Amino acid sequence: MTEISAELVKKLSAAVEKMPAFPKSVQRILELSRDINCQPKELVMIIEKDPVMTMKLLRLLNSAFYSFPKQITSVNQSVVYLGLNTIKNMAITFTAMGVLPEKNSAGFDIQSYLLHSLTTATLTRMICQKFGGDDDVDPADCYIAGLLHDFGKVVFAQFMPTEFKQALTLSSEQSISLHAAEKQIIGADHSFVGAMLVGKWQFPESLADTIRHHHSEFSAKNTVQKCLFVADQISKKLSMGNSGNLLVEQLPPDLLEHFGDDLDGIIARLGDLSKVEEEAQSFAKGA
Amino acid sequence: MKIKFWGVRGSIPSPGPKTVRYGGNTTCIEIRTDANELIILDGGSGIFPLAQTLLKELPVTAHIFNTHSHWDHIHGLPFFIPIFIPGNTIRLYGSFDPVSGEGPERIMAVQMQYSYFPVSEAEMKSRIDYQVTMPNESVQVGSARITPILLNHPVINFGYRIDCNGKSVFFTGDHEPHTNIYNPDDEGFSEYQVLIEEQRQSIVEAIRGVDVLIADSAYTVEEYPAKKGWGHGTFDSSIELAGAAGAKILYCTHHEPTRSDDELEKVFAEALTRHPNSGQPKVRLAREGDEIVI
Repeated sequence: MTEISAELVKKLSAAVEKMPAFPKSVQRILELSRDINCQPKELVMIIEKDPVMTMKLLRLLNSAFYSFPKQITSVNQSVVYLGLNTIKNMAITFTAMGVLPEKNSAGFDIQSYLLHSLTTATLTRMICQKFGGDDDVDPADCYIAGLLHDFGKVVFAQFMPTEFKQALTLSSEQSISLHAAEKQIIGADHSFVGAMLVGKWQFPESLADTIRHHHSEFSAKNTVQKCLFVADQISKKLSMGNSGNLLVEQLPPDLLEHFGDDLDGIIARLGDLSKVEEEAQSFAKGA
Repeated sequence: MKIKFWGVRGSIPSPGPKTVRYGGNTTCIEIRTDANELIILDGGSGIFPLAQTLLKELPVTAHIFNTHSHWDHIHGLPFFIPIFIPGNTIRLYGSFDPVSGEGPERIMAVQMQYSYFPVSEAEMKSRIDYQVTMPNESVQVGSARITPILLNHPVINFGYRIDCNGKSVFFTGDHEPHTNIYNPDDEGFSEYQVLIEEQRQSIVEAIRGVDVLIADSAYTVEEYPAKKGWGHGTFDSSIELAGAAGAKILYCTHHEPTRSDDELEKVFAEALTRHPNSGQPKVRLAREGDEIVI
């Protein structure tokens, strides 16, 4: 069982507030802020492609200040509830934190991380739409799970760079998974920390649970978790970005049964995926 | 319950010969419960003449509910004379603003800065406190229950429903019916449509069966396309909302500052002809000085 000190929990969750967003989204939000006739959907698209902005927005909206009848899990929902201009101005305040540096002292490539997160998000939604499941799943929940599943890594890179660098090195030198290496060095892995953060911020428990269990050591409990697991492996297998962990995990028997195919079979059935990567690529590239 | 309009104009006070009949003051509505508790909806310039009448009944306890923080709903507050007189109690309710990270206290703090107003916040002699209202969480004020409902405007805007002794009134503050931000052939269109339908329905349910609905009807349908996204409704959208919610009577408010009384009556009459079956609810123009007893 992963252990993490209360002090570290406090430190990491406070740190996210000051965390800068990705260069491209900061640049585009600043462009939009000067354009009074900007397309609302443009704004949504920029925020929902940036894990830091999405995280910060949902964190505030799910806070005790609003207590909405239901928890907010998408940027679209936030626009419907609070209005476009409020969300736009919140995004502008996020840009005041500067931009995430492309080179951090952990040696973690944030552009490749973003590419992995974006492609995993799109693939999770795509797989859900194509293969579905027994439960009534909102494709938006799939997207957000994909976008945020590795959020813990970018937090580590930003705020615990020395330890995270050691974990990255350990993982590649001993060919063990990054999450196993993180547990050894930091005492907690990125999935635990990501889940801890969204749990602390009153995001839906199901999202925290999905992030916590996105590796094969746990069995996927529902459609979102199943789709995320497969999407994560496809993104790695097809080298769409790189989130510091190149190890493609095998589909466990229950997932083989659920999808009726192995990873290669699923990839074949999804058809042409080049657009997924191109679209993510165009956003992940810096200014 | 008594409801009195002290300001029905949108955006900016508009005194002059062309607005004499409907009035030029910006938004302020006084509500008196059967037990004479004082609830004020918004502090536009209409709150100043209201304040004059209160000087006869000091000390007062005023519960001021702010729909949102735009000027025309707050700029009368520093002139709400009871705030300067010891013995009065003022409670200002409003939303938490996610952009500034502050609640309704900011409404006074910003306006009463040294450069903009001669009296500082610290010099207000009444007891004044601030309470953050939250969506759908009712606040009890004596015999009245006030429920904030999130509506759609360029800043967080609460509509307030006031229920008291079986009677009810709903004031929208400023509200533009939600529209889909996607084109019908965009991928996100249907998902967004579901969200706005849900939200529209929850607003209708919150207004359901009120005796009086006071709604932002700033524009005509002809004017609306050029003002889309500015956060205001039309006469037609308010009539439709009142019909859907089964309100008994609708008062259209937030009159355009450039609209003369004659023009206001003309565009209102045109809107009514587009809704010939709207015998129920009744539809009226809100007029400064008018009092409704329910």
